[in-house]
Amino acid sequence: MNSEDNVSVTHPRTTDAQRRFEIDRSCREVVVFWYVSAVCWLLFGSLLAMIASIKMHTPGFLADAAWLTFGRVRPAHLNAMIYGWASMSGVGTLLWLMARLSKIKLPWREMLLIAGIYWNVFVAIGIWQILAGNGTSIEWLEFPWWISIALGAVFAILIVLAVKMLTTRREKHLYVSQWYLLGATIWFPFLYITATVLIHSPAAIGVAKGTTNWWFAHNVLGLWLTPIGLASAYYMIPKVIGRPIYSYALSILGFWTLALFYNWAGTHHLIGGPLPAWVITVGTVGSLMMFVPVITVAVNHHMTMVSHFKKLKFSPTLRFTVFGAMAYTVVSVQGSLTALRTVNLTGHFTHYTIAHAHLGVYAFYSMVAYGAMYYIMPRLIEREWYSSNLIKVHFWCTAVGITMYWVGLTWAGWFQGMMMNNPDIPFLDIVRYTIPFLWSRSIAGILMTIGHLAFAILVFRMVRRDGAWLVEPTLLRSIKNQQMEPAPRLEGADL
Amino acid sequence: MNRISVIILGIFAVVIASLMGLVIVPNWQFEEMQPVEIISADGSKAVYPQKLDSWREAPGREVYRGLGCIYCHSQQVRPEGFGADIDRGWGSRRSVPRDYVFQSPPYLGTMRTGPDLANIGIRQPIEEWHLMHLFDPQITSPGSTMPSFKFLFETHEGSEPMTSIGIPAIQLPKAYTKKPTWIVPKKEAMDLVAYFLTLHQKFDLKDVK
Repeated sequence: MNSEDNVSVTHPRTTDAQRRFEIDRSCREVVVFWYVSAVCWLLFGSLLAMIASIKMHTPGFLADAAWLTFGRVRPAHLNAMIYGWASMSGVGTLLWLMARLSKIKLPWREMLLIAGIYWNVFVAIGIWQILAGNGTSIEWLEFPWWISIALGAVFAILIVLAVKMLTTRREKHLYVSQWYLLGATIWFPFLYITATVLIHSPAAIGVAKGTTNWWFAHNVLGLWLTPIGLASAYYMIPKVIGRPIYSYALSILGFWTLALFYNWAGTHHLIGGPLPAWVITVGTVGSLMMFVPVITVAVNHHMTMVSHFKKLKFSPTLRFTVFGAMAYTVVSVQGSLTALRTVNLTGHFTHYTIAHAHLGVYAFYSMVAYGAMYYIMPRLIEREWYSSNLIKVHFWCTAVGITMYWVGLTWAGWFQGMMMNNPDIPFLDIVRYTIPFLWSRSIAGILMTIGHLAFAILVFRMVRRDGAWLVEPTLLRSIKNQQMEPAPRLEGADL
Repeated sequence: MNRISVIILGIFAVVIASLMGLVIVPNWQFEEMQPVEIISADGSKAVYPQKLDSWREAPGREVYRGLGCIYCHSQQVRPEGFGADIDRGWGSRRSVPRDYVFQSPPYLGTMRTGPDLANIGIRQPIEEWHLMHLFDPQITSPGSTMPSFKFLFETHEGSEPMTSIGIPAIQLPKAYTKKPTWIVPKKEAMDLVAYFLTLHQKFDLKDVK
C-alpha cells in the first residue's frame, strides 16, 4: 500500500493522517459489510414498494397469490426499509463515526461482522414471515415477536461497544455526534424489546397496546434514525466545508430537548381514538415542544453553512446531507402541526400521513445516509467514486422523486380527509379522487428506484475498486478553474 | 468516565419517563376495565364486550391479521363533532377503551383507504355479501381499490357443487360472469366473515361522554 510512503516525513499533520488511515482501515470490512447489506435491502425494499404502490391504483396487479396481497407486501416493504436499509446503513455510519470521533481503532471486528450476518438473516426471516402471513399487523413491529427479540439482542454488543469506545477514547472532547450516537444505541433496543414484550404478553391490555405501539413506532424514527441522521449531519457539514459547527451550546440544547420531547409525541397517531383525553393531550404537547430541538438544529446547521452554500454544487456528500438536514426541519415542523387536533381532523387516516412518514424516513434520514456513505466509503476502500454522472443521476432521481411523492400524496391525503369529513360525499368517490395521485406516487417511486439502481452500481463498483486512486474526491462538477478549494482531504479541521 | 455515565443516566431517564407516561399509567387505568351487563329497552340482557369463540371468530381474527387488513381499514369511530364517522353511519357512538378490553392487540388502524370496520357486523350483517365482496370487491362495490381475495375460494363452473356442512356455494351474479359459476369459500374465508360479523359497538356505554 502506497500510504506508507506518504507518511515517511514525520510531520504532525501526516501522523494525524496516518492515524485516520489506520482507523479507517480498522473499520473497512465491518462497515463495508453493513453498508453493502443496506444497499441490497434498499433495492429489495424498492421492489416491494413498487408492487405495493401499483396495487393501490390497480388492485388486480399480482392479486392471485396470498403472499403478494397488498396487506403483506406493504409491511414487508416498511420492514425491509427500516430494519434492512435504514438500520444497517445507520449502524455502519455509527461505527465509523464512533471510531473517528473517539480516535481509536474499531474493536471487536469479527463479532461485528458476525452480528451483521445475523442481522441480515433475521431480517430476511422476518420479511418471509410477513409474506407468509405471520406478520403481527402491529405497525412497525410486524416481525413475529421472536425476531424482534433476536434483533434487539444484537444491541447488547453495540451498547457495550459504544460505551467501551467512549471510555477508551483518545480525544478528550466529546463531539455532539457522539451524544446522539450513544443515545441511539441505548434507546433503540430499549424501545424494541420493551414494546415487543408489552404487546405480545398480557402485561398491557386493550388500547394500552395501541399506545405502546405508537410510543415505539414514532420513536423508531425519533430516537433511532433521527439521532443517527443528525449525528451524521453534524459531522459531515462542518467536515466538508472545513469550519466548525456554529454553536456547541446549541447542539447540546438540541440533543436534550429532542431526548425529552420526542418520546412523548407518539400518541398523536391516536388523536380522536378510544383513549383518555389526557394521553392524547400529552402526545400533542410533546409534538409541539419538538419545535425547540428542531429550530435549534436548523439554526445551528444553517449558521454553519452560511456563505458556504456554493459548495453544494460540488460535493455529493454535502448536497445529500444538506438536502436531508433541510427535510428534517420541514418534516418536523409538519409533524408538530399535524399533532394539532384541527390538522389531525383532516390529515389523519389518509395518504397525508404516508407522505409525512416518507418525508421523515426518506427525504431526511435516507438522504443523510447517502451523504454519509459518499463520504465514508472512499476512505474505507481507498478508491474514489467511479462516476460523477451516476452520482448526479442518484441525486436528481431521488430528490425529484421524493418531492413529487410528498407533494402528490400530501395533496391527495388532504382532500381525501376533507371529503371523508363531509358525509354527503360517497366513499367510492373519495377512492376515485385519489387514484391519479396514487399514479403520481408510482411514477415518483420509479424515479427513486432508478436513483437506487444508480447508487447500487456505484457501490458495487466501489467494492470492486473500479474508481480512481485517492487523488481528489469525485465531485459533481470539476473545481478546476474555480476560485475555491475543497476542504483538504488529509488535513484541516480534525474532529 | 463520569461524564459518560451521566449522559447514559439521562438517556435512560427520558425514555423511561415516556414509557411510564404513555404506556404504564394508561395501562393501570384500563386494567380494572371489565365487560358490563347491558339491559336493553326491551328488557333483554347482554354482556358486552364478548370474547370471540375459538371455532370460527378467533381464527378469523388471525386471518384478518395475516392478510394485513389493518393497512387500509381502521376499527375506531371518532367522536361526534370530530370527523363525520357517525354521520357516515360507521357507528352510533364514539369508540371507548372498554370496547377493546378483550382485543389483544386492538386493530385500531391509522389508514382509511377503505371504510372503518368498527361496526361492520351491523352495517353488513349478510354473510353472502361479505363472501362475494372478498372474492371480488368489484361485484359488490364497483370502483373499489380493494384487492380481490380469490385465493380464499375455490370456483366451480356448471351446476352447483357439493360442499361440506356449513359452507355455502354461492352463485356469482350473471352480470359478472357469463357461464354459471359457483364460489366455495375455504375455511379462512368463512372464519374471516365470522369475525366481521362480531364487529360491532352497538351498546351504549356509560363511559361515553
